Amino acid sequence: MVTQPPSSAVRPLVIGGARIVDPSRRLDAVGSIVVVGGRIAAAGPAALHQGAPDGAEIVDGTGLVAIPGLVDMRVFVGEPGHEHRETLASASHAAAVGGITTIVVMPDTDPVIDDPALVDFVLRRARDTAIVNVHAMAALTKGLAGRETTEFGLLQEAGAVAFTDGRRAVTSARVMRRALTYGRDFGALVAHHPEEPELAGTGSMNEGETASRLGLSGIPREAEIIMLERDLRLVQLTGGRYHAAQVSCAESVAALRSARQRGLDVTAGIAATHLTLNELDVGAYRTFFKLSPPLRTEDDRRAMVEAVAEGLIDVIVSSHDPQDVETKRHPFAEAADGAIGLETLLAAGLRLVHAGDLTLSRLVEATSTAPARRLHLNAGTLAVGAPADLALVDIGTPWIVREQDIVSRAKNTPYEGARFQGRVVRTVVAGRTVHTYPRD
Amino acid sequence: MPAIPAFPHRHLLGIEGLARSEIETLLDLSESAVALSRQVEKKRAVLRGRTQINLFFEASTRTQSSFELAGKRLGADVMNMSVGSSSVKKGETLVDTAQTLNAMRPDILVVRHHAAGAVALLARQVGCSVVNAGDGAHEHPTQALLDALTIRRNKGTIADLTVAICGDILHSRVARSNILLLAALGAEVRVVAPSTLLPSGIDRMGVKVFRTMREGLDGADIVMMLRLQRERMDGSYVPSVREYFHYFGLDEEKLGYAKPDALVMHPGPMNRGVEITPAVADGPRSLIGEQVEMGVAVRMAVLEALAGNLPNG
Repeated sequence: MVTQPPSSAVRPLVIGGARIVDPSRRLDAVGSIVVVGGRIAAAGPAALHQGAPDGAEIVDGTGLVAIPGLVDMRVFVGEPGHEHRETLASASHAAAVGGITTIVVMPDTDPVIDDPALVDFVLRRARDTAIVNVHAMAALTKGLAGRETTEFGLLQEAGAVAFTDGRRAVTSARVMRRALTYGRDFGALVAHHPEEPELAGTGSMNEGETASRLGLSGIPREAEIIMLERDLRLVQLTGGRYHAAQVSCAESVAALRSARQRGLDVTAGIAATHLTLNELDVGAYRTFFKLSPPLRTEDDRRAMVEAVAEGLIDVIVSSHDPQDVETKRHPFAEAADGAIGLETLLAAGLRLVHAGDLTLSRLVEATSTAPARRLHLNAGTLAVGAPADLALVDIGTPWIVREQDIVSRAKNTPYEGARFQGRVVRTVVAGRTVHTYPRD
Repeated sequence: MPAIPAFPHRHLLGIEGLARSEIETLLDLSESAVALSRQVEKKRAVLRGRTQINLFFEASTRTQSSFELAGKRLGADVMNMSVGSSSVKKGETLVDTAQTLNAMRPDILVVRHHAAGAVALLARQVGCSVVNAGDGAHEHPTQALLDALTIRRNKGTIADLTVAICGDILHSRVARSNILLLAALGAEVRVVAPSTLLPSGIDRMGVKVFRTMREGLDGADIVMMLRLQRERMDGSYVPSVREYFHYFGLDEEKLGYAKPDALVMHPGPMNRGVEITPAVADGPRSLIGEQVEMGVAVRMAVLEALAGNLPNG
């Protein structure tokens, strides 16, 4: 895996007087953070009792919130194969702007990351070019074809943190059973896109009145529910480790609740878009709102927010999926799925916090601590000794998303013109400041 | 202050968004176009010097020739382009095609495309007026207008009539535009189809939903049949042609459920023996021939209404 190495060469850093929200230690208090050698030396109300280290850079955190840097476990990048959409470097810069210090990239690149040498390639490219930590998931099946599982053991040794077929579902129950069974021996996490492709068919948005009025064929919620319920049965059968990459329907929450009650090793994620937008946002065929799974109804959105608050949905991701004019500027049904989201993940989440739907601590847990824990990453915490990956946030600052400000190489944000409140003013990776706002 | 024009739109992309008065303006304009088209001298000069391009990404004899005649009768230079195969195969996108054509400075683009929303997408890329001649399963506004004109000429009104739209509602842009238009003019709109051919949420679109012809046609003034595409008859949506015809094909017996003076319509092209019997299609209560005539008139009316708002005017 590629983490930016903490190094004694990094100048010590002290952030004073900030509200520190660190769910890994159930900490929410005003205090200071001391960083030495790229690691957390102290973080809390008493952190400065020993005084600041010699030569430290002192940052006044008064009025700001300090959180462990975000860990985004679903990021699509165009490298290798589609570098014009996004490279590991450009994605890492976008991540830094959004307070994300670790990204987990998906294997459905060209070529598909289904071989240890390719995992190695991605991680080396990241080490040489990226400014945040980069981890890779490897393909669950060879060539994402859904037929033969990949070399879980060797891929893990090469650094793969989980296994997924990205946007694709494994339709064969036999193959999924085998992946969960074999994966269990290696402690491998299977991250799956739960959507039954036969039922989803040619659908391009949520099935229902809105799709019918637009003359678009719909994707029924049952496409998700049936696949998720199948997967959960197979987890019960095999004892495997399973993560539903993205869920979108209220009924999926019930399935997850039942799986938890049965003690299964199951987690689930949701994209920030699905917590802040609904199917009506598609409006007049706006393709930047064409996502997979599709945006659902407002009732679903509310149910999903509650499930995140309750912890039944563990993780919030950006599902950052850079697309360009050539794949998006088409009639709705023919346009590609996906939206960029690295720069807006935290801001979108803060919209829920400002609305009183989510506590700040739960938001940070779902975007940082929980994904780090699920993937066994040394991240998502400000505990002493941890790599100093953190974000300093002015959660009151209003701002408007403007296309010309987007750092990501692709511009397909569904939040163009959206008003957010809360901006990352400093992002630190392994003790090094990789982003400030306003820029230094 | 200048008077608000009777039809203040640059494009006609759908029935949705049109006010009742605007629909009636178009129908009234159509009446004079009918009269004009029945004269020896059919030409007017409303569009003289204007260029109209019929851009059809989907083949259509009836609609394309109807728009061509309408444009020519109003004096426009009309060019037909079938883009179904050539450019699309070369990887040119819809937007590329739109921008290429826009550079040739047409005044009106008449567009048919197989994808819902495609015509609206194209309209955002060009500087001229755009008429939707059918976009996927979304809308086909001139078809709904010609249907309304045909009904109004035969029944004297549309308000308070009961219109049963029967068949493949799911894939039909004709059904969607008709539902919007007929409801706007005060008709009771029913849809009659097997559940596999009904879109989800149809009951919230202001229609009454029926699954049998006996119930759906009971008391209807107008029976509007829709075409069932051949690829949908093979077990994917209905099990077979003969079963579909048995339950939903319009024959004289099923027509008997409707009012004694009920009239029959079909947007064409028909599958005789699938959704309608030849005896009904060609019988005394059929308005199918008149619909075609009204098609030219309605398209003349639409082009004339847009002529007042054309750019470079």
